[in-house]
Amino acid sequence: MDFQLLQTYNYAFLDEGSKREIRRAALKAVAIPGYQVPFASRELPIGRGWGTGGLQLTLSLIGDGDCLKVIDQGHDDSVNAVSIKKLVQTCTRITTTTDSEQATIIQTRHRIPEVPLRKDQILVLQVPEPEPLRRVEPREKETKRLHAEMDYSSIWLRLYEDIVRWGKITIGPDYPAMANHRYIFNPSPIPRFDLPKLNRAAGLYLFGAGREKKIYAIPPYTDVTPLAFEDYPFETEHFEGCACRLCGSRDTFLDEIYDERTGEKVYQCSDTGNCRKRQEGRHSDE
Amino acid sequence: MSDLTDRPILNVRDLNKRFGRGCVHCRKPEDLPGLSNRCPYCGSVWACIHVSFDLYEGEILGIVGESGSGKSTLVRSLYFDAPVTSGTGEIASFKEGKANIFTESAQQKRYIKNYLMGMVYQNPWLGLKMDFSSGGNIAEKLIAAGNFNVHQIRQRASKLLDHVEIPLTRMDEKPVHFSGGMQQRVQISKALANNPSILLLDEVTTGLDLSVQARVLDLIRRIQRESHTAMIVVSHDLGVIRMLSDRTIVMKQGRFVESGLTDQILEDPHHPYTQLLVQSLL
Repeated sequence: MDFQLLQTYNYAFLDEGSKREIRRAALKAVAIPGYQVPFASRELPIGRGWGTGGLQLTLSLIGDGDCLKVIDQGHDDSVNAVSIKKLVQTCTRITTTTDSEQATIIQTRHRIPEVPLRKDQILVLQVPEPEPLRRVEPREKETKRLHAEMDYSSIWLRLYEDIVRWGKITIGPDYPAMANHRYIFNPSPIPRFDLPKLNRAAGLYLFGAGREKKIYAIPPYTDVTPLAFEDYPFETEHFEGCACRLCGSRDTFLDEIYDERTGEKVYQCSDTGNCRKRQEGRHSDE
Repeated sequence: MSDLTDRPILNVRDLNKRFGRGCVHCRKPEDLPGLSNRCPYCGSVWACIHVSFDLYEGEILGIVGESGSGKSTLVRSLYFDAPVTSGTGEIASFKEGKANIFTESAQQKRYIKNYLMGMVYQNPWLGLKMDFSSGGNIAEKLIAAGNFNVHQIRQRASKLLDHVEIPLTRMDEKPVHFSGGMQQRVQISKALANNPSILLLDEVTTGLDLSVQARVLDLIRRIQRESHTAMIVVSHDLGVIRMLSDRTIVMKQGRFVESGLTDQILEDPHHPYTQLLVQSLL
């Protein structure tokens, strides 16, 4: 089966021309942090909306020496993450890992790994809706004008209305942020907990939206500022008094789950790879 | 009558605005015969032809004319809603009055719209975001001007809404639930958010009943009296013009046909069209 696939498809599935075009778009995105670069999104053997944007970036960047990690909402072993990993592995025969520190390319959806990115690592995020202004402006032409003129009062107004209505900013994932003091970008549906990790990070963050045909990037050491009012500062999610039931962590992003047997609410690390590593470390200490 | 200073705060010269692409048969605005402003070949219309005027601080300038005379196009061009075909416009407080506002960059035009000018449209749906609260509509202008403190924004918005007699209990309601007169008053407070030196009012009382009209007109007069904001009031209603304007310009088919002090224009009109307009008063 593997042999047949290698015979039928080019290295890393996409043809070299397509990969070159995607890399060009990624380079432009790196040159203009937060700016959405349009690209010709290709058909892939997974459905649009299932990570085609991220997968195209991964396939165009990957080479023989790379080690890939794919996570889906923090999990290394969800169906989508495993399928994407298998596809890339079959077409390239590169190694895969669940350890964030070993990986050179990490493709992710909805989470950024707990371990900070090194400068030799690339994080590829799958983005369902790249346009941060879409909720306040449905017209694409108009959003382009608003970005060009840096006219962001309407998205600030959305935050204001949130405060007026609920007493605080209620946006959870997709929290808009400013890249390099110029473009407001959508950091994909990562929790607010992960947003500060983008600020002046050592690694390269690439965002791919296959369905919307856009690529954007946060290059290393770029200022990323979440939008916030002077008297209503940006806040991340809190987990006071909670700890991971497996590794005991109190400083990571925790998933709230219910114990199947007892029905009791328990907390568990969202980043399963990091949690596993911590557990192993704890056992070896003991 | 307001005190007039020597230097105009807005100076418009030879403003031309054509709707349509034009064709080889189209005449230049200066060559157009007095009767028509429409090209018989391509249908292009010169909505404003060589429009020149000055606006002084604290003055209310009325522009009157029949439907299709180009008066709304003129104020929309001044507010950059419709790009002008040619002409110059200078605002005294913008680059020392030495820059043509019509050829400025989009960013500079936005600065002028946010800080130096306010606009009240005939249709509140054009001036307000109906999905957001009344306070939010005012907040948008304040945020655009660089205010990112919610407490200060709400203080300013409540002061403005109180000024236009909107109950503060309705500050967080969407204007879509308001009456026409209230929507116009929210529009006025939004336009005044950043203390502009020029306020453009396009048929603000059209479609309102007489008692609401009177309240809106009283409000405009009070604002002018208290803040000395210069205003351009466009209306086809001579009663509105008589009540508000210091000076009046009469427009017909894109041209100014007569201008002067409002009393003089209405009591002793010289141009036959103005005479017809005044005689047509019910």
